[in-house]
Order: sequence, then structure tokens, then C-alpha cells
Amino acid sequence: MTTLSRRGLMAAAATLPVLWRVEDAIAQGVQPKRGGTLTTIVNPEPPVLHIGVNNQAPTLIVGGKMFQGLLRYDAQLKPLPELAKSWEVSADGLEYTFHLQENVKFHDGKPMTSEDVVFSIMKFHMEVSPRARGVFARIKEGVAVNPTTAKFVLSEPFEPFLLMFDVTVSAIVPKHLFEGQDFRQAPAVARPVGTGPFKFAEWQRGNFIKLERFDEYWKPGQPYLDAIIYRVVPDSQSRRLALESGQVILTQSNDIEPFDVPQMRARPNLEVKTTGWEYMGPLMWVEFNHRVKPLDDVRVRRALTMAVNRDFIAQRLWFGIGKPATGPFNSSTRFYDASAKAPGFDVNAAKALLDEAGLKPNAQGVRFTIKHMSLPYGEVFTRLGEFLRQAFRQVGVDLQLESVDVGTWSQRTANWDFDTTINYLYQYGDPTLGVERSYVSTNIKKILFSNVSGYANPQVDELFAKGRDAADPKVRQEAFSAVQKILVSDVPLLWLMEMSFPTIYDKKLNNVITTGAGVHASFDDVFLA
Amino acid sequence: MKTFWRNFARNRGAVVGLVILVLVLIVALTAPWIFPGSPWDMAGAPFAPPGEDGMLLGTDSLGRDVAAGIAHGARVSLLVGAVSTVVSLVIGIGLGAIAGYLGGWVDDVVMRFTEFFQTIPSFVLAILLVAIFTPTIQSIVFAIAVVSWPPVARVVRAEFLSLRSREFVQASEVLGKSRISIVLGDILPNALSPIVVLSSLMVASAILLESALSFLGLGDPNMMSWGFLIGSGRSVIRMAWWMSVFPGIAIFLTVLSLNLVGEGLSDALNPRLPRNRGGKP
Repeated sequence: MTTLSRRGLMAAAATLPVLWRVEDAIAQGVQPKRGGTLTTIVNPEPPVLHIGVNNQAPTLIVGGKMFQGLLRYDAQLKPLPELAKSWEVSADGLEYTFHLQENVKFHDGKPMTSEDVVFSIMKFHMEVSPRARGVFARIKEGVAVNPTTAKFVLSEPFEPFLLMFDVTVSAIVPKHLFEGQDFRQAPAVARPVGTGPFKFAEWQRGNFIKLERFDEYWKPGQPYLDAIIYRVVPDSQSRRLALESGQVILTQSNDIEPFDVPQMRARPNLEVKTTGWEYMGPLMWVEFNHRVKPLDDVRVRRALTMAVNRDFIAQRLWFGIGKPATGPFNSSTRFYDASAKAPGFDVNAAKALLDEAGLKPNAQGVRFTIKHMSLPYGEVFTRLGEFLRQAFRQVGVDLQLESVDVGTWSQRTANWDFDTTINYLYQYGDPTLGVERSYVSTNIKKILFSNVSGYANPQVDELFAKGRDAADPKVRQEAFSAVQKILVSDVPLLWLMEMSFPTIYDKKLNNVITTGAGVHASFDDVFLA
Repeated sequence: MKTFWRNFARNRGAVVGLVILVLVLIVALTAPWIFPGSPWDMAGAPFAPPGEDGMLLGTDSLGRDVAAGIAHGARVSLLVGAVSTVVSLVIGIGLGAIAGYLGGWVDDVVMRFTEFFQTIPSFVLAILLVAIFTPTIQSIVFAIAVVSWPPVARVVRAEFLSLRSREFVQASEVLGKSRISIVLGDILPNALSPIVVLSSLMVASAILLESALSFLGLGDPNMMSWGFLIGSGRSVIRMAWWMSVFPGIAIFLTVLSLNLVGEGLSDALNPRLPRNRGGKP
């Protein structure tokens, strides 16, 4: 687990990460070099480029170059300085003070001040982003103390508060271009203006998005690249060819299908990384509908969990991009407890447990039949459904597959109209931010990504509430360790895999993944050797 | 019957086609004995090339035996081909017979209705129908039948139009036979030969349609068919060619044999083709 130190996590380290990485590169014999254009891919084409107005992956990846948050996070989710060079948290955990970098300018030449920070957090993201609103609603007061100091006072302590300042959650936007306007319709949405190392240059719909170097960027000498071009390539095989032929030198997210990754790994000029998703921490599971018999029986859910070889899924279906899940927390999520493990792969124990539950096999060896709605996100999920059918069949459970389209899947999952299906959710680094929603009974709603399985356990509710409201990380750890122990014994869901996505790039490109948010970072330190 | 066989055998290709078709049928019928167990079972290591690991045609991405998949897939593909052809024959013959025999405004109405279906691209319509009714074996058979009956209706109507004014039909009418018994007893038997030829080609196109649907992921997810095998192998074709190539060969041979047999039938059933060249008339 990782803990955010409560106070005075301060200045000394402020400029270090950048210097360190440059030093590191020099030590490896690579001198950062100015110049060159990075050509990469964005897929699917985002509807708008302004972070906040749209929060889907493509917008966040492209927007992450034009905007910046107050903080960044390393792979252990430790906050690093970005627009804030240092910050303090008061002893009672209620006051957060951010000291901003000097001489930061927006792309239109106007300086970035604490007014912009307070506006972005208190007004902009509060209005446009539901996820930010959920947390920032706890802010009682946001004050611009002086041009380089912003202070937020919470109404009650909220320990994961410091995780909310990544560019993907709360990018700093220019107050002067939004105030008094409809945030979603303002001209700045079509031509984004941020503080990032790259500014918006051109967007030919269906073709490419071009970002240019921002010469007045606040880090001296950076960025190293002259421009970044995001090409729109809707077909996965064309994306692969573009990467192989060198037309693009970086792919990310879902650009390259898992089954194509082994060949990319084999190419000597390409580097394949699966890190850089720790801040998102996606976890995939089989959703059980607890309203469907016999899935309400914990013995049945345990047996089904034991019937599935999770290593096979990570290694054979996802070709090693992702790790077998051990429980309800992604191991990169804070307060992950490695000692709480879901039942392992054991076919005989699974059969014994089903016998014990009174589900005897009939003449065809079938104990019961349930349906499985495949997740319509591409072929690998179809294979996963077929794999689960065979795995369950081995313990005498007949799984009938249903194929549906994305709309039907969303609608039926949200309306609890399924027996089992596959789902994956981001955990956003903290159990309160991204895990709680799937298990607490207060979130049993007919809404996608709520607790659609219908699992309810008063103890779990209580522990999640305790972990949410406690200001002390130790108390939170206790609560979340306890909740993990209960969850792995109740197995409300069948956790399958800690997902990741391959980032593949030409080896002449440096510093692509340096934080826990990977390709969402600003790329001010990326250079072509 | 004997002359029919002699005429059929005159077409070498047709005989070859028939042999292949019979072999495919045998494989389909004996699949549960040659490859006991489910074709979905993960029988070996994933991506084993042909011949390795005791797998004649290799294994797929989950370690499923491709040979078992092809044998069991033959059952599904042939079944879908046959059933959907029967369904579309029933629709097509029914409508074609009504239009051709009754003529007049009934003919007009039925033919406009047929044209309505003919003008919609059949594959697109099939995709749409399967997507609406969710992919199951029933919805696939239904979709294929719905898009393939119009040619039958047109052929049957044409046959009926020409046959209904023949003397033997008029004789039956004079004898006071009911319309239904005239249609079923007098006209239909004489219109059968083009229908037989057409239906063998329809089975072939139905197999292709089902394969194409499965290839696009619109197959019944609980049924192993040839199209599914190709579709699931397509994405890894550079890594495991055998996953797509062998089912492809199976489809190719089956469709080819059905076409050859259809041509043979057409020759054998066509009284106007010159036969007994140089011999007695």
C-alpha cells in the first residue's frame, strides 16, 4: 500500500523528478534532444478535445498534452509537483494549500494564477464532470490567497483528496475564457487553451489532430518535441501496419489488439510497456446477479471462482497484458491487502462445494444452467465467454452465451437483466474513489457501473464508510483490510484480471511512461534520440 | 431413374461433387464418434500447429481442436443450410404458385412484394434481422430463409405461368378437380426440376451466408460452425494460419460440391439437352 504523507510534503523534491529523469537519461548515454515530430494514433476519434467537457480516454490522452493538473502521480500513486510546486495539508486534514509554479502562462499568453485554479476546481469541474463533483462537493471554500497560493477548505476530512488533482480529473482551465459562459459551449472548448507543453494547432476531422510546441512553456528548454500529430485510424489492422511501417512511432490504450502484441514484442525496434495504468487501476470481473438463483448462494459463487484458471486468462487470452486478480482491489490501488486472496483454481474443491450446496449433476452432468451476456468490446471478450463456459462446464455448470451489442449490454446491465456478464471499472487509485461503488448496498441502483450485482452486506457498508470518513491512513488501512477479507470470503463478484493496456513505441522515443497515468502525461520530457 | 443416373454421371464434375458431398455428410454424421466430447473443450495447448500435440489440424487460441471443430461444425453448417433452404422453398413455392396460377392482380401484388425483398441487399437484410432477433440458431435460419426465397418464387411463378395453360391442366380443370389438387397434383410435379437444381445451389449459398454471419460475430455463440472457426482465427491468422485455412477449405469444398451437384442435376433433369450423341434419339 501507499500512504500520502499528511503534511509538509514539500519543496525539496519539487524540481527533482524532471532533473532526475534528464540525469538518468544522460547516465544511459542519451542526451535529451530538441526537435522532431511525434506521430501517433488516437482511437476512436474524440468528440471534443477539452478535458472535463469530455472525459473519455481519447480526449484525456490528447488533452493531457495541452492541459495540466496541479499534481502528477508516480506508479505508487505518490503525488508529484506539476502546476503546484509544493502543498501542505493542515493537521486536522481539512485545509489543503497549494503553492503554484511561477511564470506559468496559458497558450493565449495570459498568466495562470490561483484565480484560475480556484475557478477550475470550484466552478468548471464541479459543473462539467460528475466524478469530480462527487468529491469537490466536500469543499466548503476555495480561496485564492495570493496569485501563487490557492487554498481549499473541506467540510469534513477526506483522505484521498490529494489524488484528485491529476490532469485527467481536474485540469486547470483559463478563467478568463470561461467565466460567465456556458462551459460546454464556450469558444475555448473548440480551441482548447491550457498551460501544457503543447498547444492546439489543427484538427481535420476524421484525419488528424495536430499539437504544436508551446514556446512559452514554464519549464525552461522544454518540451523537446516540435509537434505531436494524432492520426485517426479506425481499423485495428491498419493501426498495426502503421506502427510496423514506422508511419506512427507510438500506440496506446486499445490501439493494438492483445493478440497482435506478441509480434510487436518480437520486433527489435519497438518497446512494449504495460505500465502506466496504475493511476486508473482497472479491474475486470464476472458480474454475478445475486437475484438469480443459485448465484445468491455464497458456496456457488466460491465454487465458480475456483473453477476459473485466472492465469490462463491473463497469459493466453490477453497475452500477458494484465495480471490475474487476487481480490476486489487492483494491487496498484491504495490499501490493497495482499493477504486477502479470493479462492484459487481448484476444480475438485469446486465440485465438492457445489455438491454441498445441494446442486447434484443430472444425467448429462449438468448441475444448473445460467446465462452469460458477453461484453461486446471486441473479440477477446467473446473468447473469454467461451473460456468461462468450458471452465464452468468442468464443474457441471452449463453457461449459455448470449451475444449483444453495446447498447443492449449497457441497458440490460443497468437494469439488472442478466445472470452473469463481464465488466471492468477503473479504481482511480483509492478504494473510496473507485472500489466502494461496486459493493455498498446504498449504491444498488439501476445505473451502469453502480452495484448492479445487488450484493448487500451491512458490515461491508460500514467498513467502506469508515474508510471513507477516516482522516488517518492507518484507520483507513484497517477498515479496507477488513473489507477485503470479508469480500474475498463472500465473493460477490468473480474477479478475473488487473487490466492494463499496451503502450508500444519506437525505441528512439524516450520518457514515454514516467508516471502512474502513462500516456495521459504532458510529454514535456519526451524526446526523440 | 436409371436414365437419370446415367445422365447425371455423364457430368464428371457432378460425380466428383457428389462424392465430396457424401464424404462431408459422413463426417458430419460420425462427428460425435470420431471426436467424442464437445468441440469447445480445451483439448491441448493453445496455438499448437497441425500435427503437433496429437492434433491433426492444430489447436486454436484456447487450445480447442480445430479438426473436432470442423467435424462438429459440418453438422451445424449443413443443418443450417438444409433447414433454411426448406423454409425458403416453402415460402418461395407457396407464393410463386399462388402468383403463377391465379395471375391477374394477385400475381401483381405477390410479385411487387417479392421485388420489395429482391431490391434490399440480401446480406445486409440478414445481418439486420439477426441483430434485431439476437443471434441464435433459429434467428439465423429465419434470416437466411427470408433473404433467399425470392428467386424461388420467381422461378416457380414462371413455371406455373407456362404450365397452367397446357392441355393436361385444362383437362384436369374440365374434370372438375379442385384448384389445390391441380396445383399440387398436376402442375407442381412438372415444375420440380428447376426447383431441385435451384435448391442445391441455395443450400450452398445458405452455408456461405451462415459462415459470413458467424465470421462477423453474428453466429449462435453456443454453436460451433465453420464461419465461427474462420472468424475466431482471422485475428491471429499471421500467428496461426491453420485456424482459418482448414475451415475455409471445408467451406470451399462443400460449396463447390453443392454447385457441381446442382449443375449435374440441371443437366440430368433438362430434357432439351442433346444426349446419346450419334446414337438413337
